[in-house]
Amino acid sequence: MSAAPTTGETILDVAGLKTYFYTRAGIVRAVEDLSFTLKRGETLAIVGESGCGKSMTALSLMRLIPEPPGRIAAGSVVLEGRDLLKLDEESMRQVRGNEISMIFQEPMTSLNPVLTVGNQIGETLRLHQRLPEAQIKARTIEMLRLVGIPEPEQRAREYPHQLSGGMRQRVMIAIALACNPKVLIADEPTTALDVTIQAQIINLMIDLQRELGTALILITHDLGVVAETAQRVIVMYAGRKVEQASVEAIFDRPMHPYTRGLLDSVPHLTSISGDEAPEHLNEIPGMVPALSNLPQGCAFAPRCKFADDQCTAQYPPFERKGDGHWAACWHSDRLGGDSNA
Amino acid sequence: MATDAENADHSARLAKAGAHVDSKLGELVFLAKRYPLGAIGALIVAVFVFAALFAELITIHDPLDTDAELSLTAPGAEHWLGADNFGRDVYSRIVFGARISLAVGLGSTLLGCLLGVVLGLVSGYMSGWVDLVVQRVSDIMQALPLLVLALVMAAALGPSLENTIIAIAIPIIPHVARVIRANTLALREQPFVEAARAVGMSDFRIAVRHVLPNTLAPLIVLGTAQLGSAILTEASLSFLGLGIPEPFPSWGRMLSESAAEYVRTAPWLVIFPGLAISLVVFGTNLMGDALRDLLDPRQRT
Repeated sequence: MSAAPTTGETILDVAGLKTYFYTRAGIVRAVEDLSFTLKRGETLAIVGESGCGKSMTALSLMRLIPEPPGRIAAGSVVLEGRDLLKLDEESMRQVRGNEISMIFQEPMTSLNPVLTVGNQIGETLRLHQRLPEAQIKARTIEMLRLVGIPEPEQRAREYPHQLSGGMRQRVMIAIALACNPKVLIADEPTTALDVTIQAQIINLMIDLQRELGTALILITHDLGVVAETAQRVIVMYAGRKVEQASVEAIFDRPMHPYTRGLLDSVPHLTSISGDEAPEHLNEIPGMVPALSNLPQGCAFAPRCKFADDQCTAQYPPFERKGDGHWAACWHSDRLGGDSNA
Repeated sequence: MATDAENADHSARLAKAGAHVDSKLGELVFLAKRYPLGAIGALIVAVFVFAALFAELITIHDPLDTDAELSLTAPGAEHWLGADNFGRDVYSRIVFGARISLAVGLGSTLLGCLLGVVLGLVSGYMSGWVDLVVQRVSDIMQALPLLVLALVMAAALGPSLENTIIAIAIPIIPHVARVIRANTLALREQPFVEAARAVGMSDFRIAVRHVLPNTLAPLIVLGTAQLGSAILTEASLSFLGLGIPEPFPSWGRMLSESAAEYVRTAPWLVIFPGLAISLVVFGTNLMGDALRDLLDPRQRT
């Protein structure tokens, strides 16, 4: 388990964030009442299934929710004392790419095909820092070298199609980190890459984060990546935070049945080759409910084997279950006993 | 296990061995071999462009000089393509006419493309009511009959080079605007646009720096195709007397002056300007087809 140095100073404070989409089918509550803090240099993982609001959280922090139909209905996103949700668009543009950066899932299409790689890194620098052209060039080459691209001078003059997927994601990281942001949001940065390249990219991000002291919000559904990189984990389900704990606690003592389900769905080498090898991989039965039509009580209740009348009647409070360990479940105590993870 | 570094090395080696040729000349030869028809088209267009640029250097006679004695001289050693009823040298008039034809063709295509790109980009990128208004305006523009429009402009403003260019540019605008708008709509949803937003770029900058360059390929193809038709339109307008005023030599008017009266007695007065028009349009079309193949993103490696 990694433990990057954190100074303990809160850099980002998200409180009561609500991002809604107003559609014909009704109000889609993509992010519902989400709060969390991020410390300088820390890695926070946000995990969950597709459609649980992870990416919408990322876009909300960047204020890149398509409006309409989307809208950040309530909450605050305070970056070093400044509420980003209260900034005008012009000031927000100064924040994006400069103080908060984002890496997207799709390195193959996230770079503009008709501009050279160097040009696209330099563009971000030009946007936020008044530097002479020579320094922008130098910084571009430096960034390419930093993200481990060989022959950076040569590569800077090349177009995205001349680079492999892994190389392009390195370029995306270079763009995101060019202005030395305080917070980096990585939205499933390795999903579209080959398995061998995934590890390289993750290691690169960890190294750079240590070197630059950037706080990292890692959005992923890959629990292996979470275990390797994060200090703290937030588990989201149907737009809400259902559990929050240190990475050790999440893996050792999950307090929410959904988290348990996610952990049990990970294939274990031992369980495949071991004596009591199950015939198939565990899965969580059912599907994420439509966000426009959530059940009245706990949104996970229809898929939960512990669910009872209380669960379907009332949404459980987000309670403290242990030291720095919080979860929204009526029956966290029932989970502890028969853990086989 | 192949590392990224090895991959990169490999692609660099591939690039050296294959499609990308080091010298510009080598690249031209490579393209000409791959698109022989396009090369012929480009050559034809190049000849006309050369003629237009250096008309004074490659002609002996003044295209405006009249000489009653030379009236309707047949093609020969002195007057290569003969002389017209006023005794003006047909070869000189065709060479100088290339200047007018290309100026009008290029001028109106550029003007049409410029305005079309602005409208299409705004329309596609902004969407909403702006899009609606721009689209309806293009509908109206497309509904205007070109010849009537040119006639009205010539009547109201007097026939002139500028008015001819404007009249021909107008129907090009909605054409270009449509194509650019369609491309913009697709490009707007591309992840690189979102990525550009995520680094703090303004909408205007995204539209100009990221969307516009990606529409250049279809624009070049469309522009080349429009060039041929603009030249043809100029010839038609001049044929009808609505284009370039006398005494400037214009291929269209050279035809109209001679077609009725002299087509039997002095066929060179009809054949050569007609040939010039056909050739240049043929050339631009061949070039346009090759460019479309060349710039098709699906064929890019």
